[in-house]
Amino acid sequence: MKSSKIEFPKELYDELGAFIDSLETTSGALIEILHRAQEIFGYLSRDVQLYIARKLGIPGAEVYGVVSFYSTFTTKPSGKHTISVCMGTACFVRGADKILEKFKERLGIESNETTEDGLFTIKDVRCIGACGLAPVVTVDGKVYGRVKEEDVDNIINEYRGKEANNIDKVLR
Amino acid sequence: MIKSLDDLMQIKKQYSNLLALREHRSASGPRMNILVCGGTGCVSSDSDRVIKNLELILKARGFADDVKVIQTGCFGFCEQGPIVKIEPDNVFYVRVSPKDAKDIVDEHVAKGNKIERLLFEDPHKKERIYKQEDMDFYKKQVRVALRNCGVIDPENIYEALAAGAYEALGKVLTTMSRDEVIDIVKKSGLRGRGGGGFPTGLKWEITKKQEDEEKFIICNADEGDPGAFMDRSILEGNPHNVLEAMAIGGYAIGANKGIVYIRVEYPLAVSRLNTAIKQARDFGLLGKNIFGTDFSFDVTIKYGAGAFVCGEETSLINSCEGKRGEPNYKPPYPAEEGYWGHPTCVNNVETFANIPVIITKGPEWFASMGTEKSKGTKVFALAGKINNVGLVEVPMGITLREIIFDIGGGIPGGKGFKAVQTGGPSGGVLTQKELDTPIDYDSLLSVGSMMGSGGMIVMDEDDNMVNIAKFYLEFTMDEACGRCAAGRIGTKRMFEILEKITQGRATMADLDGLKQLAYLVKDSSLCGLCQTAPNPVISTMKHFWGEYLEFIKDIDHPQGEGKYIPKNKIGIKA
Repeated sequence: MKSSKIEFPKELYDELGAFIDSLETTSGALIEILHRAQEIFGYLSRDVQLYIARKLGIPGAEVYGVVSFYSTFTTKPSGKHTISVCMGTACFVRGADKILEKFKERLGIESNETTEDGLFTIKDVRCIGACGLAPVVTVDGKVYGRVKEEDVDNIINEYRGKEANNIDKVLR
Repeated sequence: MIKSLDDLMQIKKQYSNLLALREHRSASGPRMNILVCGGTGCVSSDSDRVIKNLELILKARGFADDVKVIQTGCFGFCEQGPIVKIEPDNVFYVRVSPKDAKDIVDEHVAKGNKIERLLFEDPHKKERIYKQEDMDFYKKQVRVALRNCGVIDPENIYEALAAGAYEALGKVLTTMSRDEVIDIVKKSGLRGRGGGGFPTGLKWEITKKQEDEEKFIICNADEGDPGAFMDRSILEGNPHNVLEAMAIGGYAIGANKGIVYIRVEYPLAVSRLNTAIKQARDFGLLGKNIFGTDFSFDVTIKYGAGAFVCGEETSLINSCEGKRGEPNYKPPYPAEEGYWGHPTCVNNVETFANIPVIITKGPEWFASMGTEKSKGTKVFALAGKINNVGLVEVPMGITLREIIFDIGGGIPGGKGFKAVQTGGPSGGVLTQKELDTPIDYDSLLSVGSMMGSGGMIVMDEDDNMVNIAKFYLEFTMDEACGRCAAGRIGTKRMFEILEKITQGRATMADLDGLKQLAYLVKDSSLCGLCQTAPNPVISTMKHFWGEYLEFIKDIDHPQGEGKYIPKNKIGIKA
């Protein structure tokens, strides 16, 4: 992925600032603020983390310490579609590791990486709790249950297909 | 606004008709209720669209006023989801797809005909069964913590009130002293359902004894054990039950503030909990002067951010304070110095879910279930290689055989049972030998596993136990917070040795090293996460030593080859 720096528009920072100002107290609220920031920006860039640190009057290292501790927080932008393979135990014993390998092989990326076209990010997630449907894959929140290795291509193509349709519409 | 116990009972009476059909009482109003499971499992298989279609078709056929569709919490039978139950006919439909909505309306609702193909088929007798209580899956279950899950609409406080919600709180606040409440909980024998099994009444008593202006009660809903979803289902199916219990606990220990620490990965539970908190505030069941007494109590939500260690209570408290979720050295225990330095009582969701019913039905009733030292029931999430994946609640003391073969319906594909992992990454395996051991806190510890929060993963003859141990170690290595060296480095080295073993590169010396390291990490780690992390290795080594040996290169194998290639290669990278 290119490392070109993306500047976020000021409005987004204003939105985050307004949220922080609306809190009764900022003491103990760092995790809550980071959740909101990730919702607004999509990920927590260095600039966003520093903005929060200055706004709260705490060292940037403290913010980064929390960001890097929790797996929900990400410092890299995600692809357009996030493929999450459940790696809970119930899914694992029903073959989720093979499904994950297949996705990695087909898309040529590892977990937590994004394809070059920016279309897909793969994540291995902890139990999403739909163990009756194991092994489970979710794409952007849509759940695919009892997934077999041979379903992997279909799932990927479903989303590639959507993209192709969109491009067609634009060209026409 | 509810200002007294009388107000509450009045509302209960006024709305009791809501549940009439489900309790098989005659009443005015609609003639039929269609209950559709709205737990995460069933929603994942499209139960939302089942509801939408049912409502559209009922409207089109003119049944809209006559038949009410209700989204309930989890029925527990996740393998057969989405579940639809029709009352008062007491017909239980399984694997209902959105397309089936038409037949349910045109055949069942209009003509009273049961739809054969949607009935559960008993796998042994090959007969279709329509009553929930006739299914093997439900026969041995006793629903205490899960009561009303799958019965009421969790987003409708009137249904919860009609089912008796907040009655225990009213009784406690208007008629009982704080010591009396603690006494009842102690007498019931209730122990912490998060896994440790610490007596709940004692925890409350210790926190009550602390002298401080401000105290806190925290509900631990950071259910991190992969493959376990008891707490989520309780919060999704009956959130008022937990809020009521927190208020009771707050009264007992002297706390006016409650916090629910919940995983952000549970969006549905979060949203239903938020709805319930708002409703309870609107009715005056949370807030100032509850039931007209001078007791005030409110609950806020704190969100986790994906860290297994935050289920440990000191880590959880650090995370609530917005910090890295690393554990503290104990003592001081949270009961003495917890949230922002104040005495804090942390209880698990399922523990709380038992409290209101203990108050209303009495501690003797609760203590009549279970074994000598483990009273009541336990919810287990049954998953893995088992026919009936789902959520089951059983009396303590039931045997593993009953859970796996009677309730769980045995192993799919005619395969042999090999082992079951209880206690998740902190627990160990139980094998054929333990099938008839009565399950309680102490018996599980004595056979080298633990109760844990209630995850139960079943493995069949194809599963390689070394790979299972490696899977759990990879999890704990990943989730170890890094605070103590034993946890940080120990789990990593253990994982590396396991990887070496499964790749066929290990020698006997590695096995010895792994064993030594396992005990070292167990004895010297700071908190529960890494103290228990070696358990899957220790336990699989004890029960399946042979499977470890099969991977070892410097001993003679029956095959006469230097390196034995195991039949099952799950997780092995070439």
